Amino acid sequence: MHRTGKKLAVIAGAFALTIGLASHSAGDPDENSLAIEGETIVTDVKAPADSPLEHLYSGWRFRASETQSLQTDDFENPGMVAVEQAIDQFAMVDGSEGKACADCHADVSDFKGLRPNLPRWDEAKSKPETLEHIINECRTERMGAKAWKWEAQEMLNMTALIGLQSRGMPVTVETGGPMASVWEKGKELYYTRVGQLDMSCAHCHENNYGKMIRADHLSQGHINGFPVYRLKWGGLGSIHRRFKGCMQNIRATPFKRGSDEFIALELYVASRGKGLSVEVPSVRN
Amino acid sequence: MTKKLAALSLVAGMLAITAPYATAEVVLPDAVMIDDGEVAKSLTGSAGNPENGRKVFANRKQGNCLACHMNKDLSEQPFHGEVGPTLDGVADRWEEPELRAILINSKIALSEDTIMPSFYRLKNGARTMDKFDGKTILSAEQVEDVLAYLKTLKEE
Ligand code: HEC
Ligand code: HEC
Repeated sequence: MHRTGKKLAVIAGAFALTIGLASHSAGDPDENSLAIEGETIVTDVKAPADSPLEHLYSGWRFRASETQSLQTDDFENPGMVAVEQAIDQFAMVDGSEGKACADCHADVSDFKGLRPNLPRWDEAKSKPETLEHIINECRTERMGAKAWKWEAQEMLNMTALIGLQSRGMPVTVETGGPMASVWEKGKELYYTRVGQLDMSCAHCHENNYGKMIRADHLSQGHINGFPVYRLKWGGLGSIHRRFKGCMQNIRATPFKRGSDEFIALELYVASRGKGLSVEVPSVRN
Repeated sequence: MTKKLAALSLVAGMLAITAPYATAEVVLPDAVMIDDGEVAKSLTGSAGNPENGRKVFANRKQGNCLACHMNKDLSEQPFHGEVGPTLDGVADRWEEPELRAILINSKIALSEDTIMPSFYRLKNGARTMDKFDGKTILSAEQVEDVLAYLKTLKEE
């Protein structure tokens, strides 16, 4: 008796799917397009050939319109306060060498093109580096200043300011050469089931994006908008903070911010978003 | 491991004394046998309480089934997820032993790749937080309570 019932349910499911494709179902990303200060931001692009996804969508496309609109205008974007602060920090002398960032980097716009290619291989140190490492390397090795903590306000401000210089440019991160093994490790982490709830990143962001999971609309989990201003956090947060939160939600002990594991995951997740525009600082709920 | 098991059976023993309707001992997670997608016998030896099962179903710290499943019977609760199929009429589609197996271990009863958690299993994903490690998401009673509740979800 239950067998026929199950078959009926399957047919009903297939029917619902056809409807979903024909009209625009509630689960899909929306069709809004994003332009900031007159500049077009690519929030949707055909996935590269080696991608497990067919089409890539920025997380922006899954947010409610009120949240989306905060990102369309820099005066309304709450993340821009941090950028303003970073502009001051950029000119501020700090450390034993008596230097500010501006003493070596005449204009912050010189950093245009940096964000889309990170993380990248650091030849000198023979390991991958993120934007946080690059900033701290300047501070400790050239300014004689103290390293900022991964999630320190100053660090978030500065990663937002530097990321903003590449806004609108496509993510292009390098996954070959010495980064290949890092990428492989990130991929493995992405597909590993973790926590008591026993899920991998792919369960939510690859297999079920577009669907509601209780009150949240699942996106593809891209990092082109980081650091993001999250309304829930009431401030900016790093990529690794987001990874940490997702792991904790499934009752897993997260890796540490700045750990080899999160750097590998950062590279892998960045590579899944190749072609999407950098949209730092983005706004999420 | 043996110590943990011993502690668990001690708890089970205590339950048998304190819970007035529990006639048999609780079946421990490692002792559950899923046979052709079915677990015929109650984990507690008795029928669950559907009213409590309804609460466990909605509770975010317990079943949190609503995170993934729509369910008209809980329409007073906001935010029903859509990751899994709707559970309206689920009792028309599945028999009790099948539903029990799905709750206990979805990876065996539904599919190896399913996103659905396994609610009565000791070993789950890697790096499980210490406070949850080696523990089941739901207790045997809660599984039976949710099951009793699912059996009320009929449309035919
Ligand atoms: C239980 C489901 C679930 C799992 C498993 C999960 N996430 Fe998430 N994740 C979410 C939800 C819900 C959000 C918030 C809505 C959204 O953007 O998808 C989110 C957001 C994100 C974002 C922010 C996207 C943006 O545009 O701001 C990133 C990045 C992310 N997740 C990465 C990961 C990674 C990496 C893993 C694995 C370590 C992971 N997630 C595991 C549910 C999950
Ligand atoms: C994180 C998501 C998730 C959670 C939480 C979850 N489920 Fe599921 N469930 C699913 C998915 C997805 C399926 C469909 C099978 C598949 O695709 O793996 C499913 C299938 C089922 C089925 C079979 C339904 C049918 O009509 O075929 C039942 C019964 C069920 N779940 C009950 C529950 C109960 C009860 C809870 C809570 C105690 C629960 N689920 C929690 C995702 C979930």
